[in-house]
Amino acid sequence: MSTTKEITSEYIWKLLEEVPDPEIPVVSVIDLGVIRHVIKEDDGSWTIKMTPTYTGCPATNFMAMNVVSRLKEDGIKSKVDIVLSPAWITDYITEEGRRKLKEYGVAPPQQGGDSSTLFGKRPDVICPRCDSTNTTMVSNFGSTACKAFYKCNDCLEPFDYFKCHK
Amino acid sequence: MTKEEALFQFLLRKADDSLILGHRLSEWCGHGPVLEEDIALSNIALDLIGQATELFKYAAEVEGKGRTEDDLAFLRIEREYRNVLLVEQPNGDFGKTIVRQFFFDQFELLFYQALTQSKDDHIKAIAEKTILEIRYHARHSAEWIIRLGDGTEESHERVQKSINELARFVDELFYQDEVDEILINAGIIADSKKLREAFDKNVADILSEATLSLPENNWQNKITSGRKGIHTEHLGYLLTELQYMQRTYPGLQW
Repeated sequence: MSTTKEITSEYIWKLLEEVPDPEIPVVSVIDLGVIRHVIKEDDGSWTIKMTPTYTGCPATNFMAMNVVSRLKEDGIKSKVDIVLSPAWITDYITEEGRRKLKEYGVAPPQQGGDSSTLFGKRPDVICPRCDSTNTTMVSNFGSTACKAFYKCNDCLEPFDYFKCHK
Repeated sequence: MTKEEALFQFLLRKADDSLILGHRLSEWCGHGPVLEEDIALSNIALDLIGQATELFKYAAEVEGKGRTEDDLAFLRIEREYRNVLLVEQPNGDFGKTIVRQFFFDQFELLFYQALTQSKDDHIKAIAEKTILEIRYHARHSAEWIIRLGDGTEESHERVQKSINELARFVDELFYQDEVDEILINAGIIADSKKLREAFDKNVADILSEATLSLPENNWQNKITSGRKGIHTEHLGYLLTELQYMQRTYPGLQW
């Protein structure tokens, strides 16, 4: 497909909002904050610089593939470069992303934890269903590398917590 | 030895540590003592294999002979693996797996923290990424050491037995030779000798809280041959499983 319209980087960013995280499909790669740069190459193709959430995250390659195929739908040729630096931290998740996570039933990362010492205080995690802070960690490792497993002591629901990573 | 050769060797050593331990932990998948721990150990395995991938990729680039990260992971023979002997030791019971992980995590925590100051941008980037994951691993293994050591008579006894068995492999984590000297002088890696004091203190503090102790007089048993490629018999069996697919169907891709 050829197009006479000039493709801008804003347009690319906009399209990437439609690429979901394969593990948590309510959030996009933009919400997650894994897209670092979009760069236009001399031949008119685009290079997307993306950073993995966790080094071993099996979703990374899948996400990269989805980015390329979404842009291809609009006739845009692209490739994804995986970059490690600056390291992804959960602060890169957008406000919109946090809202969507909570709505989906995953507690978004909380501030207030202390990762500077081995047994530093864990953050108070808020139940995504009833907003109670009376929650207990069941396991620090959950269904995916980025999540921990919690339960709410008030509404008694178990839930996933998107671990703070910084 | 040139700086590039030293860098390649170093990356291979650290990548092999992560790969082999990651593989060992993956053996727990579906066999964990409780579901949460099955998931935790598999998660940690995944992180370690992810770290190994990054280190192998960079190693392949430094070597410049057209090998890929997969070639390095799957297509070397036993003597070419450079991991420390600790990580290839069999899982044993859950307590033994935790002891092995505890010693390793306590070292990695200090070592990768120091690597975040590397003058090599690529190593710095890998370290800044992986240290975030290692902190979770280190807390997990340390908490279990305390829970098992200060738990029942049975759990205490089992974990103490594993400490007595695995303590002789700890020194190798601090092994240094020409490779390390070249890279330390170039500001690329940290001098692990300088981390030893903190390591000993952290390990002693946690073991003390767990009512456990390091064995005395274990110096005569210390072995440090993994970095030279001379392994315990356990690695061969592990590699047989690890390499099976690529040896049977060369070049197979998912």
